[in-house]
This record gives sequence, C-alpha cells and structure tokens, in this order.
Amino acid sequence: MDLILTPHVKTPNGFTLDFYTKQGGYEALRQALAMTPDAVVDIVKASGLRGRGGAGFPTGMKWQFVDKKSPKPKYLCCNADESEPGTFKDHMLMERNPHLLFEGCLIACHAIGAKVAYIYIRGEFFHVQEVLEAELAKARAAGFIGRNILGTGFDCEIYVHRGAGAYEAGEETALIESLEGKRAQPRLKPPFPAVAGLYGCPTAVNNVETLCNVPPIITNGPEWFSALGPEKNGGPKLYCLSGHVKNPGTYEAPMHVTMRELIYDPQYGGGIRGDRKLKAVIPGGSSVPILLPHQLDIPASFDGVASAGSLLGSAGIIVMDETTCMVWAAENLLYFYKHESCGKCTPCREGGAWLHNLLGRIERGEGQMKDIDLLLSVANNIMGKTLCAFGDAAATPVLTTVQLFREEYEAHVRLGRCTLSADWRAASRTLAAH
Amino acid sequence: MWIDDTMSFHPLMDYGRAHHQSSRSMADEGPAFEYTAEALAKLEDICSRYPADQRKSAILAAIYLAQRQQGYISRNAMKAVATAIRCSAADVEDVVSFYTMFYQRPVGRHVIQVCRTLSCALNGAERVTAELQAVLGIAPGQTTADGEFSLFEVECLGACDRAPVVGVNDHWHECQKPEDARALVDGLKAHGAAGLTGCHLHVEKA
Ligand SMILES: Cc1cc2nc3c(=O)[nH]c(=O)nc-3n(C[C@H](O)[C@H](O)[C@H](O)COP(=O)(O)O)c2cc1C
Ligand code: SF4
Ligand code: FES
Repeated sequence: MDLILTPHVKTPNGFTLDFYTKQGGYEALRQALAMTPDAVVDIVKASGLRGRGGAGFPTGMKWQFVDKKSPKPKYLCCNADESEPGTFKDHMLMERNPHLLFEGCLIACHAIGAKVAYIYIRGEFFHVQEVLEAELAKARAAGFIGRNILGTGFDCEIYVHRGAGAYEAGEETALIESLEGKRAQPRLKPPFPAVAGLYGCPTAVNNVETLCNVPPIITNGPEWFSALGPEKNGGPKLYCLSGHVKNPGTYEAPMHVTMRELIYDPQYGGGIRGDRKLKAVIPGGSSVPILLPHQLDIPASFDGVASAGSLLGSAGIIVMDETTCMVWAAENLLYFYKHESCGKCTPCREGGAWLHNLLGRIERGEGQMKDIDLLLSVANNIMGKTLCAFGDAAATPVLTTVQLFREEYEAHVRLGRCTLSADWRAASRTLAAH
Repeated sequence: MWIDDTMSFHPLMDYGRAHHQSSRSMADEGPAFEYTAEALAKLEDICSRYPADQRKSAILAAIYLAQRQQGYISRNAMKAVATAIRCSAADVEDVVSFYTMFYQRPVGRHVIQVCRTLSCALNGAERVTAELQAVLGIAPGQTTADGEFSLFEVECLGACDRAPVVGVNDHWHECQKPEDARALVDGLKAHGAAGLTGCHLHVEKA
C-alpha cells in the first residue's frame, strides 16, 4: 500500500511548508471550505474514521455531538500529550508532517464551528514544539491560518500549548483542566466536552493521528478510506514497535496487517533481537492485557485485537523476549502508574502504590504466597471503580501477568529471589524507582 | 469541578472569579524574584492566545519563564507568577507541585533524566542509571556538590524506539549505551549542550 500519513518522513526537509504545498498540501482544506460544516461531518462519519488516541471512538460522531446551537465559542483541542508508554507515533507526525496536522485541525474547526484550535503538546517534546511553532508561523504568513483563510471568510487560529510533565494530562477532561491553567485532573462526566469543555464551551478533543487522517479523507472520499482496512477499521494506521524487536520504530500499515507480521516481517519489526524466543506482547501501550506468542495471527485492528481479549489502544506494541521476568515488568509498569496517578480518587491513588509495594516485595524475593492473591484483590478493587480509565490501566498489568504467568510469581516466593536475570538489567537494585 | 461563569456563592451577589481566590499568605523563600522585561513581554504575547478573561491558561508558560530565569521555582517566584497571571500564590503552588517538569529546589546546570519506563528498561535503562550514578557519585534525585549535574529517573519520554532515552534539560540523547555514560558526562562538561549529539535530529544531519 502507498503510505498516506508518512510517505515523506525520511525526505530531507519533507516537513516544510514549501514541500507540503508542492505535494498538493492544503488542497483538502480548500475543498472542505467549499462545503458546509455538516457536509464535512457527514463525510468523516461515512469514512468510519475511529479515534487514534486510544478508545477508537468514531470521529464524525464526536464532531456531530459538538453543540452547534450554543451561543458560546467552540474549541478544538488536539491531544498531543502522547505519554502512553510505548507510544511515539504522534511525535513522528508532528516532527515530520506538521502541516498535515494543521490542515486536519483547520478542517475540524470548520466542521465544528471553532475559530481556535489548541495543540496540547507534552512538555518533554521541546524540539517538536520548535518545529511546530516555526511551521505554524510559515503557514500563517502564507494565509492558511489566521483571518479570511484562502479568501473564504473563514477565520481560524492554531496555537501550541506546552504541558509540563503529567501523563494524566492526556485524558481529555484533564487536558482541558490543564489548558485552563490547573492541575491535570479529570472532570466528572457528564457534561461531556462536546457540551461543556474548554472554558465551559462546546469542545472536541482529538488525537494528532486522528486529525492527520482528515485531509486524505476529504481528498479521496470516505469509500476510499473505509476500503483501506477491514470492515469498521478503515484507513491507514501507525504502529509503534519497541522493546526486544530488531527494528524498533513507527510503521504505517492498513489494519489488515497482523500482529505477527508487525513483529516478524522484515519490513516492520524484523523479529526478536538476538533471535531469542518471544515471550509476551503488550499490543496497545502499557495498559492493556498481554498477548502470548500463539495469539498473534490476528489483524492489528481495533476489533481484531479486541477479539483476542486485549485492546489496540494507542498501538504501542511492546515486545518482550524470553529473558524478561514478568514480575519485574509488572513492577516497572506499576511504578509508572503509582507515579502518574493524579490523586483525585482513592482506589487509584492508594491502590497503585500498594500494588507497586507488593510487586517490589515479591520481585526482591521477600514476598509470601498470600501476596499473590492480595495483588489480585487490590487490582480488582481498582478495576472499574475510578473516575477515569487510568485506574483500569493501572490494574491491568497486574491482573494480566498474574493470570498468564502465575508460576513465575510463585517461583519468586518459593526461591526467595528473581528467577530470571537478564544481561540488560542492572546488577543490583539500588535504583530510586525500586 | 468546572464552575459555570454565572455561578456565585450567593445568587444576589456578583462576586466574579477574582473574589474566589485564597488569600493564604506564602512565606518568602529564595532570592528576590522579578521577571525581566523580556520575559514579561513574552508572557503577554502568550496570554494573547487565550480569551481575555482566561489569563490563567498561560500559567504553565509563566512558570516556565520563571524557571528559565532562575533555574527553579522558589516561593518568591511563585508570588511573581501569581502577580503576572493575576491569580493567588496558592493557585501557583497548586500547579507547580503537580507537574514534574517544575523544580521546587535548585537543580544542577545539567539535569540528566533517564527514562526508566518499560521499553527503555528492556533496553538497558537500569544499567544506564547505575553507570551515571557511579560516574557522577550521586543517586537519582540528587545534585552534585559543584552544582553541575542533577540526576533523575523519569517516565516514558515518547521515543521508545530509540531506547534508552536520556533527556538533558530540554534536549534529548537517544540510544544511550550504559558503557557510554562517562562519555555523555565528559561531553557535557567540555561542551555544554553542544556536547549532546545523540538526538535523532543530530544523528540524521551528521
Ligand atoms: C489516562 C489517560 C491518558 C490518555 N492519554 C492520551 C494521550 O496521551 N494522547 C491521546 O491522544 N489520547 C489520550 N487519552 C485518550 C483521550 O482521553 C481521548 O480519548 C482522546 O484524546 C480522544 O481522541 P480521539 O477520539 O481522536 O482518539 C488518554 C486517556 C486516558 C484515560
Ligand atoms: S483513576 Fe487515577 S488518574 Fe484517574 S482520576 Fe482517579 S486518581 Fe486520577
Ligand atoms: S519507555 Fe523510555 S521513551 Fe518510552
């Protein structure tokens, strides 16, 4: 398949306005501005585009929910927080194809009646922000952003808003809180952002990759888009491969591609480093259930991965070989969740720390058999009992590793030590995190 | 929870937002702090990106500017942020204490941040931290006595395909091998930020 989102990511200066317009860039904007906002929403709905931020919610429907009758201004927030462990696709899109994102933002603003879009970018992406600001200035000077865009009377501004280090700022209502100058803690829903989001105004929050899919949909039509992938999983998709693969990186493919192809095919991951045996795969960022090696012959689509009992999530595929201790991996992830909990609700704030403590105890060889069931009990008391999906995300690494690798936990308790010592791990546990 | 613009504590009184501020006092701490004229001009430019009654949206930017000027956010700097944003010092403290990129204590000239999350750890990040500890003689969270280096472990930096990733202030150094930890530190000592050549943007240009 021809690459749609990433054809020029390796071309020198492929990120510049000049290059983008030479490839026909901003033509989709011209076409969209000639249509009514409702017509644009209908096309995106017909394409079946599903959000690439994690939940896979239909984008056209989200835009339709934005309350157009409200007298208040409308806003678009582009979610460029990209903090899910194992995920780095938005990073690449913004760095290498920023005008595709701007064009997507402008079309989305037209569709929902917004005059301002904020790109909320995580604070650590400083060099990416510099690229965005420089290219935004060029697009503004060329008349693609600002007043009376392309002579159509459409006014629209795009601003970059820099976060400051908080995973939770990626949750859509926490992102809005953070944009308003507060702690990144989620709000109670309803009201949903489409009714009362940024500054209490109707707001759409969309992921970077989602918005980048909009211009090609306008140019090529919704049928073209949906035909690119399996039913209800249309369009191009970016996959992030990391961990113990030979060729880690971001790869674009339609969602027909299988998990096994992504990990083993030479054009993608190229197999396991050192030709070791594969042990486990987390297919959608750190917070989804593990897939085992025999479960990989499934389409890497939203529905394909769900049918195997996991989730495509952010499509951050973390690959672990046979040298990986699963208790250690769970402990590593629970440190992340303990550290990043926003603290707003008790099960997540307290439970995450308990889980991490218990895992540390078992990993150091100081655990007891009853700790394993205690882990399950604590995790099940977080699962489904928190304000935002972070709680489920924190419980999942524990539940999935105990379920699939319980004998490894028991061996730690029985032998009083970690049972796998990999050459890539530190000799002693003096690190602050553990 | 979000408070509607029209909500006030008594239906007959027009409080407006400003009257909902905490007036808790904050003790002085750190050197006297005043924004430079340049920083204030930059801040006004950033404020203009938000609706006129939503100045608080620029609070992260205001804190970044203060941190750039003084290296960390002292209580005195928080008070200056509050004045510039027209909010209470407690509001500023609330925000500063939430986000990991703001330092409430002085840090070294070079802040080395090793990503410790799973994909980096699977590629040797624990060993990178252990080596840096040995080379610098400090544990994560500490600063060297000469004030040159601080060492932190941080969470996923969003570049896991180039693991292990190390951040140095606002710059990145990727695919860091444990055995090259000394070279990283020596390069920073000799050339400052220019000694960082391990960001993919650098590598591709070279
Ligand atoms: C804890 C948490 C963190 C999230 N982080 C991100 C993120 O970094 N980037 C993102 O696009 N979506 C993230 N999301 C999903 C957003 O809440 C939201 O669903 C998404 O931005 C919607 O965009 P989409 O419909 O285009 O996918 C996160 C959700 C949760 C619960
Ligand atoms: S689940 Fe965790 S991250 Fe989400 S609101 Fe509750 S405490 Fe915050
Ligand atoms: S795990 Fe280190 S950058 Fe993602």
